Amino acid sequence: MPAKTVGFTAIDKPEYADYARCVHCGLCLNHCPTYRLWHQEADSPRGRIRQMELVDQGQMELGDAFVTHIDHCLDCRACETACPSGVEYGRLVEAARAQIERQYKRPLFSRIARDFVYRKLLPYPARIAAAARALRIYQRSGLAAAARSTGILKVLGLSDRERLIPRIDSRFFSSEMGQTFRAVGQRRARVAFFAGCVARVTFAELNRATIRVLQANGSEVVVPQNQVCCGALPAHAGVRDVARDLARKNLAAFPIDGFDAIITNAAGCGSTLKEYTHLLPANGSSGDHDRAMRFSAKVRDATEFLDELGLMAPLKPLLVRVTYQDSCHLAHGQKIREAPRRLIRAIPGIEFVEMQQADQCCGSAGVYNVTETKASLDLLALKMDCASETHAQAIVTANPGCILQLRAGSQIHGTGQEVLHVVELLDRAIAAPR
Amino acid sequence: MNPRLLRDLKKLLGADGVLSEPEDLLLYEYDGSVETARPDCVVFPRSTADVVELFRLANRHKTPLVGRGAGTGLSGGALARQGGIITSFARMNRILAIDIENQRAVVQPGVVNSDLSAAVAHLGLHFAPDPSSQKACTIGGNVSENSGGPHTLAYGVTTNHVLALEAVLGTGELVRFGSAALDSPGYDLTGIFVGSEGTFGLVTEITVKLIRLPEAVKTLLAIYNSVNDATETVAEITARGITPSACEMLDGWTIRAVEEYVHAGFPLDATAILLIEVDGLLEEVEDALLHVKEVCTMHRAREVRVARDERERELLWKGRKNAFGAVGRIAPSYYTQDGVIPRSKLPATLRRVGEVSRKYGLQIGNVFHAGDGNLHPIILFDERDERQFRDAVRAADEIIDFCVHVGGAITGEHGVGMEKDRLMPLIFTETDLDLMKQVHDVFNPAGLLNPGKIFPTSKGCGEIYVRPQPQLSSPPARA
Repeated sequence: MPAKTVGFTAIDKPEYADYARCVHCGLCLNHCPTYRLWHQEADSPRGRIRQMELVDQGQMELGDAFVTHIDHCLDCRACETACPSGVEYGRLVEAARAQIERQYKRPLFSRIARDFVYRKLLPYPARIAAAARALRIYQRSGLAAAARSTGILKVLGLSDRERLIPRIDSRFFSSEMGQTFRAVGQRRARVAFFAGCVARVTFAELNRATIRVLQANGSEVVVPQNQVCCGALPAHAGVRDVARDLARKNLAAFPIDGFDAIITNAAGCGSTLKEYTHLLPANGSSGDHDRAMRFSAKVRDATEFLDELGLMAPLKPLLVRVTYQDSCHLAHGQKIREAPRRLIRAIPGIEFVEMQQADQCCGSAGVYNVTETKASLDLLALKMDCASETHAQAIVTANPGCILQLRAGSQIHGTGQEVLHVVELLDRAIAAPR
Repeated sequence: MNPRLLRDLKKLLGADGVLSEPEDLLLYEYDGSVETARPDCVVFPRSTADVVELFRLANRHKTPLVGRGAGTGLSGGALARQGGIITSFARMNRILAIDIENQRAVVQPGVVNSDLSAAVAHLGLHFAPDPSSQKACTIGGNVSENSGGPHTLAYGVTTNHVLALEAVLGTGELVRFGSAALDSPGYDLTGIFVGSEGTFGLVTEITVKLIRLPEAVKTLLAIYNSVNDATETVAEITARGITPSACEMLDGWTIRAVEEYVHAGFPLDATAILLIEVDGLLEEVEDALLHVKEVCTMHRAREVRVARDERERELLWKGRKNAFGAVGRIAPSYYTQDGVIPRSKLPATLRRVGEVSRKYGLQIGNVFHAGDGNLHPIILFDERDERQFRDAVRAADEIIDFCVHVGGAITGEHGVGMEKDRLMPLIFTETDLDLMKQVHDVFNPAGLLNPGKIFPTSKGCGEIYVRPQPQLSSPPARA
């Protein structure tokens, strides 16, 4: 029998100073999506923090139970919003996952899949593009339709997962890399655009729309050539070394001082980009930490930036009833709630309706919908109930992952609601004919 | 734990309705308090029938049963002090009925306090008891602890909002007390049940009153350079016959901790602030607000601010309701005390708290339901230091002792639980306690329900103070 693993290794671990802030008051419980699903302490933020503490103190094994409950966490950080003691839970759970990555042996299939996605695929834009082209052949050739109609996906238990796979774009966001897009009218700002990784092959149109909206509001937009994945997915999964490498590459790719801001349209990426100092802490030997501080200080979510800048482009009326789903990493990770709502309301003709529980996770949570499909779909069902209650024609949100999940939700639950990013809505208002 | 009992429990509730692995039990040995105790298993009933059967099994195996809502309690009420089965009501969380016309709701015990208010908000109604943990705590827990909150001042505590209960008694009998009517005949068994801290039975269904949301609400922040001035303000407001819906005081040190969290514009250099809320009809509220402002200014409030909109109002309340946690940012652990004093004794009590703080070298913040004399000193300590923890408990005891000496009580709303059982002799005579024990035994004869709570297990505290038997002013005439 192998020796039991107790305790954490020295680096990238949940630190006492961070977890001791938790005073186990329990105010987080009802804000935690997984606690609301299963109602047990082990799947609540308070319970997970206690488990980290117990492992750190050698009272609990870093074994199957610990891994299961830490894996169940969406890392949505709703608990951070609820926490009066200022516990930085996201930082804790990511550190716990780094410990799992280092000390726990996952089943073979999981190891192979994780290694492929986090180490072999995500860090390399060219490989993502190649994989996307292969997937596009499957989606466009009739193979996908065949797979669906023969029911083979159902037999394999993959039919819901297949719905969650993004549709690959016809035209990738690649020729735009390295380009500069001029401001319409007088230049009010010069910004660098963060294009994402998977987004370049699945959300190319969203990226283009973001650039158009920025341009229309007087921003010159540069898309630095050598940028890579922000590192959010590996960081959330505990693959810190890869996340750190990616962060360093991005620090090199963005000439920070030349821009007023670094813009992302993905709340998940933005949250990580703003926290590069967590990946590159001050005790490191190089000058990375300082550079990370300066970099992160410039990062803005597209909605945050446009709201700060003030909309200048004339907006034409859109006669549509919309509701807004807070992206977790925008509302909880970056504490931005009002900016996207103000932008939506700024469009004439829009009827804006709040949904209940707008800031509860939709279940997307990075790769959660693939790794924890059942829980993800349960959360999605709750979300779609709230969304359809509003009778909104469109659900607007601020993160590509949420868009994919909500689109699947709209299909699965037959609500017929369109799902859009805030900037896509703005783009329509700017481009809409009178 | 008895393997047969465990097997029967799993048969009853399913494998996912029972937790018995050590790594799971470690997560039920705490609640919101500083106490700990480990259960032998945790079960999740889904219906009243499950609970009835649960009692049958527990009684047959003579195993303690302890109820638990969200585990936000501050006196260890939801902890299995003598082991046994923790019954989590988290999955019995449905709102069963809402009767709009009669302003009633029937809920399962696991419904979260603020979720009920949210569910009826569109009808212009709310559930009035508002403990600071209302976004997480359950109504079942509120019933067990007879929870209060800032708005207790005008609206009363939980018991004033519970009309009827369905519960399973220690004997295993299913009972229904009370009725949807305001006054039901016979003994007020509902009243005696509310606040029994899980020692009489486990509640399975609760009929509560829903209160109309007031037409207008105004929240005012008054800033003081002296605690005396703030206290006198409170006294004078009451003397003028104004009943604010809430009247809260925070001391300067606590204000600074809170401001760091909420950024609501609390003054960093104040000695005390009052957070006063008036609600009711629009005209009435405007009038009351004028009076309150006038009294504040008269008693040397340095500044009086009225929240301009709902957002500002929420921010002020966020500061107050998260005060404990906000203070918790400063030290690894804190111990929230809960004492009651006559309002007039506030300045003296705060001075005493200051002395205790200096004596033990522990920082103590003060949050106070000023309107009804309910004091919450928050004692900071480092739980890694055994001595600091002991000192924190001693400091708390000294403060409570003082509260009792000035005519107050050992707890206002957090309950006795396993935290203050030893302090009970400070305010109750042996006769009182015996009577309570007799009532306890009627509901819970075998003593299997939440054992080790409320009643002092030893008379250790008697050394400090034991309340003497009341004496008649003149001796009774002998026959």
